[in-house]
Amino acid sequence: MNILSMVSNLPGMKRKAHSSRQAEGVLVALVVITLFASLRYDAFLSEYNIMTFLAYNSMFILIGLGMCFVIMTGGIDLSVGSVVALSSVVVAKVSEYGIEVALPVGILVGVTTGAINAFVITRLKIVPFIATLAMMLGARGMALVISGNQSVDVSWESNFTQFGLGKMFDFIPWPVVAMLVAFAFCWLLLEKFAFGRHVLAIGGNEEASKLMGLEVNRTLFGVYVLSGALAGLSGVMLASGFGAGQPLEGLGWELSAIAAVVVGGTLLTGGLGSITSTLLGAILLGLIFNILNFENGLGTISFSAYWQSVIRGGFLLVVVIIQAKIMNRKKAHS
Amino acid sequence: MTNVDSIDVPNADHKPAQRNEPEVVLSMQGIHKRFAGVPALTNAKLELKAGEVHAIIGQNGAGKSTLIKVLNGAYKLDEGEIHFMGEAVSYASPHHAQMAGISTIFQEVNLIAYRSVTENICLGHEPKRFGMVDWRKAHAHARETLARFGLELDVERPLGSFNIAIQQLVAIARAVALDAKVVIMDEPTSSLDEKEKEVLFRVIKELQASGVAILYVSHHLDELFQICDQITVMRDGQTVDQRPIGAMNKLDMVAAMLGRDPEEIAKGGATNFASTGSSSDEVLLSIEHLKGAAGLKDVSFNLHKSEILGLAGLLGAGRSEVARAIFGLDHDLKSGKMTLSGKEVDFNHPIRAIEAGFGFCSEDRKEDGIIPQLSVRENLTLVLLPRIAKYGLIDEEKERQLVEDFIHRLGIKTASMEQPISQLSGGNQQKVLLARWLVTHPNILILDEPTRGIDVGAKGEIQALIRRLADDGLTVLMISSEFEELVEGADRVIVLQDGHSIQELANEQLTENAIMKAIAQ
Amino acid sequence: MNTSILEEQRKVPRTLSARALSQVKNNGALWAFFLLLLINILITPNFLQIQTLYVNLTQVATVAIVAIGMTLVIASGGIDLSVGALMALAGTIAPMIFLSDFAASSPALGLFLAIVVAISAAGLAGLFNGYLISVYKIQPIIATLILFISGRGIAQVLTNGELQTFDNPSFEFIGTGRIFGIPVQAIITMVLALSIAWVLKRSIYGRFLLAVGGNEKAAELAGVPAKKVKMITYMVCGLLAGIAGLITTAINSASDANQTGQLMELDAISAAIVGGVLLTGGKAPILGAVLGAAIIQLVGYTLLANGVHDAVAMVAKAIIIIVAVYLQQVKGAK
Repeated sequence: MNILSMVSNLPGMKRKAHSSRQAEGVLVALVVITLFASLRYDAFLSEYNIMTFLAYNSMFILIGLGMCFVIMTGGIDLSVGSVVALSSVVVAKVSEYGIEVALPVGILVGVTTGAINAFVITRLKIVPFIATLAMMLGARGMALVISGNQSVDVSWESNFTQFGLGKMFDFIPWPVVAMLVAFAFCWLLLEKFAFGRHVLAIGGNEEASKLMGLEVNRTLFGVYVLSGALAGLSGVMLASGFGAGQPLEGLGWELSAIAAVVVGGTLLTGGLGSITSTLLGAILLGLIFNILNFENGLGTISFSAYWQSVIRGGFLLVVVIIQAKIMNRKKAHS
Repeated sequence: MTNVDSIDVPNADHKPAQRNEPEVVLSMQGIHKRFAGVPALTNAKLELKAGEVHAIIGQNGAGKSTLIKVLNGAYKLDEGEIHFMGEAVSYASPHHAQMAGISTIFQEVNLIAYRSVTENICLGHEPKRFGMVDWRKAHAHARETLARFGLELDVERPLGSFNIAIQQLVAIARAVALDAKVVIMDEPTSSLDEKEKEVLFRVIKELQASGVAILYVSHHLDELFQICDQITVMRDGQTVDQRPIGAMNKLDMVAAMLGRDPEEIAKGGATNFASTGSSSDEVLLSIEHLKGAAGLKDVSFNLHKSEILGLAGLLGAGRSEVARAIFGLDHDLKSGKMTLSGKEVDFNHPIRAIEAGFGFCSEDRKEDGIIPQLSVRENLTLVLLPRIAKYGLIDEEKERQLVEDFIHRLGIKTASMEQPISQLSGGNQQKVLLARWLVTHPNILILDEPTRGIDVGAKGEIQALIRRLADDGLTVLMISSEFEELVEGADRVIVLQDGHSIQELANEQLTENAIMKAIAQ
Repeated sequence: MNTSILEEQRKVPRTLSARALSQVKNNGALWAFFLLLLINILITPNFLQIQTLYVNLTQVATVAIVAIGMTLVIASGGIDLSVGALMALAGTIAPMIFLSDFAASSPALGLFLAIVVAISAAGLAGLFNGYLISVYKIQPIIATLILFISGRGIAQVLTNGELQTFDNPSFEFIGTGRIFGIPVQAIITMVLALSIAWVLKRSIYGRFLLAVGGNEKAAELAGVPAKKVKMITYMVCGLLAGIAGLITTAINSASDANQTGQLMELDAISAAIVGGVLLTGGKAPILGAVLGAAIIQLVGYTLLANGVHDAVAMVAKAIIIIVAVYLQQVKGAK
């Protein structure tokens, strides 16, 4: 009997998973919006606009990447916004020793908070939502305590602010470089290393992963530490790009990151996701703000900056409903 | 065992199994296992030889899955010895057993649907180059492993995009890739169609030829004759019989499972209790060509007023699916005609069915029945609630009275009506769930395995209660795996097989033997 | 049939008072509260003064009200991240109405409409959450994230992000007024808490809510309209957030779309958890939520009154949440 013929005759066969289709959708939306904007606004594709846009959004992309890993395991990390603030405050304090010291310190802050999250989740068996919610409060509190409730000036003597404000080869802002490196790292980690595969396996079916002998707790530990580390790096960018450690920044960033991940097609239930589409999702959400700025610049209509959150929310709504419809239909068919 | 090199080389020479003197790969002796003092396995034993397909059969609760779980390390055994390849072994988890060479293919395929076929085969022992996964090698390895079964798949595609049959084959491939010596298959064909079954059977033959021993659990007796060499029968936690397949026919199997004498069955000896004859010939509910969720293909029958109609059949025959379809569940999959008192009805939600006077106790008390955090009282009045309320407020006095009345009438043993239902015994939980419907005075009550997992005393009480209710005019549709229960309790029995209603038994025809014969057809 | 059992049952009289007593004994939150009071009486200067009580009552009221709604939502098996945004929405709408020209001509009707419309808007938003969750089966975190992002945005767009100050004594009464010397918002809180607790205990809705949260599948089989129950629950949560938003606005004599209800979702979730709501659903301790809010408030006050940096209170809150959930799980495992 010919097995191949049987296989090709099976109903409901799709070559592509739903996430890659959504990634394509995001890419198409991105291209369309970019085309529209570049035709409508002269300066849109200027080097200045592109670089400023990317430099500013690097911080969001970083925590989006970390969040993507966490969500792929079926978890969530609500603490990243606060960790950004904490890291920015801590690195501002050590900024006089230069970026060589500040950068690892900032990342270490994130690694520490991530490790605590992981401990609470894997050892105390407290659900990620609550564990990271507590860290959200804890890290914010620490940031406020260390900073004495006000922003911490950074040292302009050292090379610290060079990281946030300078450019590599006088062309690419350092935050963008760091973001691209982090992106490449995450992409490799997910696509090329066993770790990434295990992350997806655990999110897809934790029970089966255990049966297959995967080190579930160790993998989860790595994921939360990674998310923390990227938030820490984002905090270094914040302090060095804005010249101050800001204990009150990063409010709600974790939720924007979740939105970026979801828009990118990563399933909140875990097991499915893509680093590239998370990057695209974050850029897409960022573009909405950029375009509003240009629209106001044109002076035809005056959109207040507040519209961006309304539009972002609307965007998320559309994506989520489409996702839900696809999922519900799938369920009905199986 | 996780060594990549060892699994990388395809097993070029398929040695045919040496039938003359196959070695014993696995033996289990004197296995005892108790749960909270209740014995689940008593002195069970099993011997598995290389290259044999060994079936374990038995009714629900006979101890088949407990035996498997003791073997693969999911449960710790209380007493007994397991020898694998000549050594005494004891595994901490199914994963450890798998690494040692005993792989279990679970009923619900326990793989990761979103991930590719390759990943599902290689996860945990990926081939690596410079620390990175060597995808080319991994894909090639996956292809080679599958090719051993003559299976050619696009291994980069997500596993979930293939049907269950293929997923199951991939699970088997994973086991083979891990050098399994024993493969346990729990109901592997339950969701396969005929064509897919053939492929599976061929793969099993391949495995067998390469010397792998297969432990095969199935309720589908027919297929055992196609692929099995040995049969072990379990009953009440014991392994009661073991024979080569050639020495048994289907009737023998059914008889051994139920602990009856096959001669007597063949003779068709009468054992039935005369029903009290409360039923009438008036058709209350008529089901025509009902089709629905998985396994329910074409079922027709009439339900007479104030009778107890039994639905018999082996697991997977579509019994529960009939009940769910009638009660308005899985509505989007349903087709067929339902007539209630001469009017065609079609419920799209349990609420509609309840309004029409139906009640339904599902077979899975824990998943579909109790609300564990709530008290006996709150669980008992859940369905009734809207009827003892005014302006949305519950008449508490009336509620307490009714609850007290039903606790008394059904003999529910509970410290108080405020005790959380999760603290009651299984039998008492079931009584509360029965009371949940009885208190609403339904016209038709559907009971799916009303006495499963309940101790003998409570079981008798519940059976007697059901009879009394029918005498009082209630119409009951009862599903049971225990033919004895159906014969003693039901006025008529509809036998289901493979999603079809195949026979109706009533009066003197209604005997356990007749049911068995119908199923064994 | 089994009279012996019945008699045995009668031998264990579970009178109301006996039950109440055992509830007090087993209520860790209540003990924690008394312990906090005791510590404060011993170490906090001027603690036993009526002014201290007023300060704490005023501050705890809004958190407690929102925590009640959150408790309902968590008991249904969900979560609501949008409460803070809905507070901002209601807090913004009300002044827009009573400051309008129409209200100038008929102040009483204007005020009435202001309150009704503002609270209804929040309730509608809650209903929207419930609709997404029950009909589209979107996870509560994501469904309520939409309004978390755009709810505040809508409020900001309405006011263009500007502070609306007002001088309207009748409206301010709900934030600053006193009845028999007791702050009005404390009275509102207690009335809401008691009446909702009563409704939960006495009404079909309450029973259905616990059933859906405890075992949704079983509840649906028993004819419980689970979708409807969830929608009502999220709507009530929205309504309560609306009321809290109005109180906050009244206290400040100004509505600030940027600040009203900021981080409220965290405080409310924390209070609900400390109050003993089960994350697995099926239990809705309304008075517990009020108690939880009081405990968190009191911890903050204790630290503040003793000269500890108020940011430390956030860290303390974080630890309280983890400890509360951990203890709940240890207790549940027994």
